[in-house]
Amino acid sequence: MSTLERKLDAGEFVVTAEMPVIDGGGHAELQRQLEFMRPYVDAYNATDNPAAHAHVSPLAISIGLLQVGAEPVMQLVCRDKNRLALEADLMGAAMYGVQNICCLTGDDVTAGDEPEARRVFDLDGIQLIALARTLDRGHYLSGRPILPGGEREARGPHFVVGAVENPSAPPLDYRVRRAAKKALAGARFLQLQMTYRTELLERFLHTAVDTGLSARLAMIPSIMILRSAGAMRFVASSVPGIDMPPELLRRVESAVDAEAECFEIAYELASHAISQPGVAGLHFISFRKDAGIAKLCTRLGIGTKQERETHGHSPSVALD
Amino acid sequence: MNPAAARLVAKAEHLVKKPIWDCRMCGQCVLHDTGLTCPMTCPKTLRNGPCGGVRPDGHCEVKPEMRCVWLNAVERSDKLPLWHGHIDQLRPPVDNRLKDSSSWINLFTGRDKQTPAGWTVGQPP
Repeated sequence: MSTLERKLDAGEFVVTAEMPVIDGGGHAELQRQLEFMRPYVDAYNATDNPAAHAHVSPLAISIGLLQVGAEPVMQLVCRDKNRLALEADLMGAAMYGVQNICCLTGDDVTAGDEPEARRVFDLDGIQLIALARTLDRGHYLSGRPILPGGEREARGPHFVVGAVENPSAPPLDYRVRRAAKKALAGARFLQLQMTYRTELLERFLHTAVDTGLSARLAMIPSIMILRSAGAMRFVASSVPGIDMPPELLRRVESAVDAEAECFEIAYELASHAISQPGVAGLHFISFRKDAGIAKLCTRLGIGTKQERETHGHSPSVALD
Repeated sequence: MNPAAARLVAKAEHLVKKPIWDCRMCGQCVLHDTGLTCPMTCPKTLRNGPCGGVRPDGHCEVKPEMRCVWLNAVERSDKLPLWHGHIDQLRPPVDNRLKDSSSWINLFTGRDKQTPAGWTVGQPP
């Protein structure tokens, strides 16, 4: 059982973080990227060609993370691979003990630097969740049994499957219903896309709690740590689904210390998120290798993994 | 049905459905379940709802000039007197072999409801 699954089952607060994209460098590079986050983060999302830019594959990163003693959440998107390739990646992950899987539809090829590529979308994100859970039952999509290592009895991997939903993308009222469909497909956790619109996060979470969804599907809002107005503008223009309020941008532009102001915004968003009902943890996204995530956790009262383990400290409210 | 007749039916179907729904002839029509909005007109051909890239103005991530197909689908589906709640059902992956065949025939024969043997959504593991 993965640490993520154990903590979700126990209702303990979870901290996940985006593994920065890498273009090589082996274990040394993985270690270098993890250095500052390691004391706080339970599991790292190995992204799958984020914003349609090619990098080291999430399967390679996930296996590498396990080899350096860190727990991966392997992301898979539907943009680049058909169902056969997705099944092969999931089975490859299972072979090395990668258990946390996060299924996304994925940004379109037009968001990336190779927009001339063929888009695949043979499955959608929800069908991908169902596919991972299909393998869990000991057979491929065709029904052919999974017989690891020549065993006679079919035996599936043990995945804990997650997904992503964007609380601030229209149609706003439909987002929780779509998330419910992801739970129906077999998802256990939901990493919410970064949103700067606190009122929309609130609306999403309250509906998720009222409909009982958050009890089945652990809600994990994302917090992005940026460092400058330029970075904010870049994210707003280049990452699909991010709605940046102009007043936040003005706040950073007019600040004496832009980096400190950005950190302040991240803190405000994070403390707002953990004060909401139904929140099971936080997902951090930071593009620089520094103590940003550690600093933010400390200020939020989120202890290190060890502190949370010993004191059972959890800043979250109950799951119901 | 003999192949020539099947092709004729497919042609007739396309003639009717192309101008109204911009039908892409996936051969496994789900218009009733998606507010009479064709999900195959979504650039990502999503059949289970909108992606997270919908712009704040409700337009498509891929084609900024186009309103998200799924915004139309959700609005229309909630207004339709029939097929209530169908939009929230989990639709299986597309069978790519049915492309360009008549969904009318496939509906009649039940071929459009066939899913791979391993597709067991909603059942406990």
